Amino acid sequence: MADVALPAQSIPTTSSSRAKALDRLRMGDVAFRILTRAAAITVLVLLGAVIVSLIDGSLPALRAFGLNFLVEERWNPVTERFGALAPIYGTLVTSVIAMAIAVPLGLLIAVFLTERCPIWLRRPIGIAIELLAGIPSIIYGIWGLFVFAPFLQQTLQPFLITVFGPVPVLSSLFEGPPYGIGVLTAGLILAIMVLPFITSISRDVFDAVPPVLKEAAYGVGCTTWEVVRHVVVPYTRVGVIGGVMLGLGRALGETMAVTFVIGNAHRISASILAPGTTISATIANEFTEAVGDLYTSSLIALGLILFVITFIVLAAARYMLMRIERRVG
Amino acid sequence: MNKLYAARRRRNQIAMGLSLAATVIGLGWLVLILGTLLWEGFNGLSVAVFTEMTPPPGAAGGLLNPIVGSLILTVLAVLIGTPIGILAGTYMAEYGRYDRLTFFVRFINDILLSAPSIVVGLFIYEVMVAPMGHFSGLAGAVALAVIVIPVVVRTTEDMLLLVPNPLREAATSLGTPRAVVIRRVCYRAARAGMLTGVLLSVARISGETAPLLFTALNNQFWSLDLNAPISSLPVVIFQFALSPYSDWQKLAWTGALIITLAVLALSITARALAATRTES
Repeated sequence: MADVALPAQSIPTTSSSRAKALDRLRMGDVAFRILTRAAAITVLVLLGAVIVSLIDGSLPALRAFGLNFLVEERWNPVTERFGALAPIYGTLVTSVIAMAIAVPLGLLIAVFLTERCPIWLRRPIGIAIELLAGIPSIIYGIWGLFVFAPFLQQTLQPFLITVFGPVPVLSSLFEGPPYGIGVLTAGLILAIMVLPFITSISRDVFDAVPPVLKEAAYGVGCTTWEVVRHVVVPYTRVGVIGGVMLGLGRALGETMAVTFVIGNAHRISASILAPGTTISATIANEFTEAVGDLYTSSLIALGLILFVITFIVLAAARYMLMRIERRVG
Repeated sequence: MNKLYAARRRRNQIAMGLSLAATVIGLGWLVLILGTLLWEGFNGLSVAVFTEMTPPPGAAGGLLNPIVGSLILTVLAVLIGTPIGILAGTYMAEYGRYDRLTFFVRFINDILLSAPSIVVGLFIYEVMVAPMGHFSGLAGAVALAVIVIPVVVRTTEDMLLLVPNPLREAATSLGTPRAVVIRRVCYRAARAGMLTGVLLSVARISGETAPLLFTALNNQFWSLDLNAPISSLPVVIFQFALSPYSDWQKLAWTGALIITLAVLALSITARALAATRTES
């Protein structure tokens, strides 16, 4: 160390060595800048690569079936006839069930947390919800398979069948034996899974309402519900929709929680008690067993469809959340 | 007037009652899941779980090889994903804060953050497994790294943006080059937050199953070879839970408990770290 440091101190730095040192620093700066920029571009390349590889992988299937792939219900590995309608249908129906339950519940919980919850309880409940949002989905799946599905088979499903059996239109919705597993069960599990997401996002969004607005409403004599209904919700509408769509994106793409309880049956039945399948469950169940290029390619094409659907939903969600962030910030 | 007042009061009471009920139902439901998990998981917990290999059907055994496999995959994924994530986040917060590129990357990154993980598995299958001709632990690690990157990018950017500008200005006024300011000043100021991001990404990938199903596959035997299929906890849980053997199902519960405890411990540590940062 000393012998390096000494000459620099004793001999006055010549302008050339100074320029060299500056050059080195400048080079280091430029190199680091380029490095970080490359990493940022990597993120873009990643998304591009995902899309390109999925399109490339699904080309054989798309060439063989064309757009028919989207509307064909049959899925027959033996005759190599594949259609994506049943998985798409299953994905949409389970997500709709999940959102129909999780959105009202999540919003009501968020209202409770921001308006009515005692202050000392807000932090613990908020943290608990955020921790729950981090629980891996396979945990929900295994619980659904061993605990929830048998429970539904014995209680809710027979109840639904007997209650709605005589009703004309609804009877077909709840037709057939109670299997336990099936589209309804998958939807309910998904609902539990996305509930923490929706709750924590809507809570954050509700918290972004300026207190002055709420206080003014309370000041003219509004009830809590009226404040929520006419001040909080209109102010945060965009953000809430964004949060809901983010939850929807999760629900659409969720694999493990669904695969356990959906039953993996490639058919479209009117009854939501019947087993069905979703895009992600089909891929998870069949990909490693798929023989033949066409089979594999059809599964990748399913993945592409899923990616496109979730991309659109997530992009819309981010756009909406960005709008509310801009308003707050 | 009184009638209207009573109606408004009633409506308010109904709505608030509903919101309380929703909270009780929602939290109760989630507590129920965790309760079952703890009960079933602790029932099967023993020393053998950590010292023995996964058993053939009908025999006793443990989860040693999937636990080790998961650790290897996670460490590798973090080693691959974190540098890219941190550098990208650095660009977005420091060099290109007002760039079009940054705006675009942020948008894409947020989408990657919640993109379906099974699609990541398909992607890695296409670019690594298919060309190599076989499943491998390395492919599994890369698949997980793809999930790590967006988490780290997001937290790094957020944390660097929180670093007060006077710090940068002070360092720059001493003649420090930009790269050195970032590495010596900004990184140091944002260290806790960036570490939080890495921990969160570990929590995120330790339970990921879908991207491993057709990249790392599974291995019933002891194997540390990254060029061969490798066992991992989530995949073993998936396989064992869907099997008809009660021994396997029990191990699946225990595995689920281990993952959950690990994830909770990681998230709590991450929160604690983030809290110390905001207080100081």
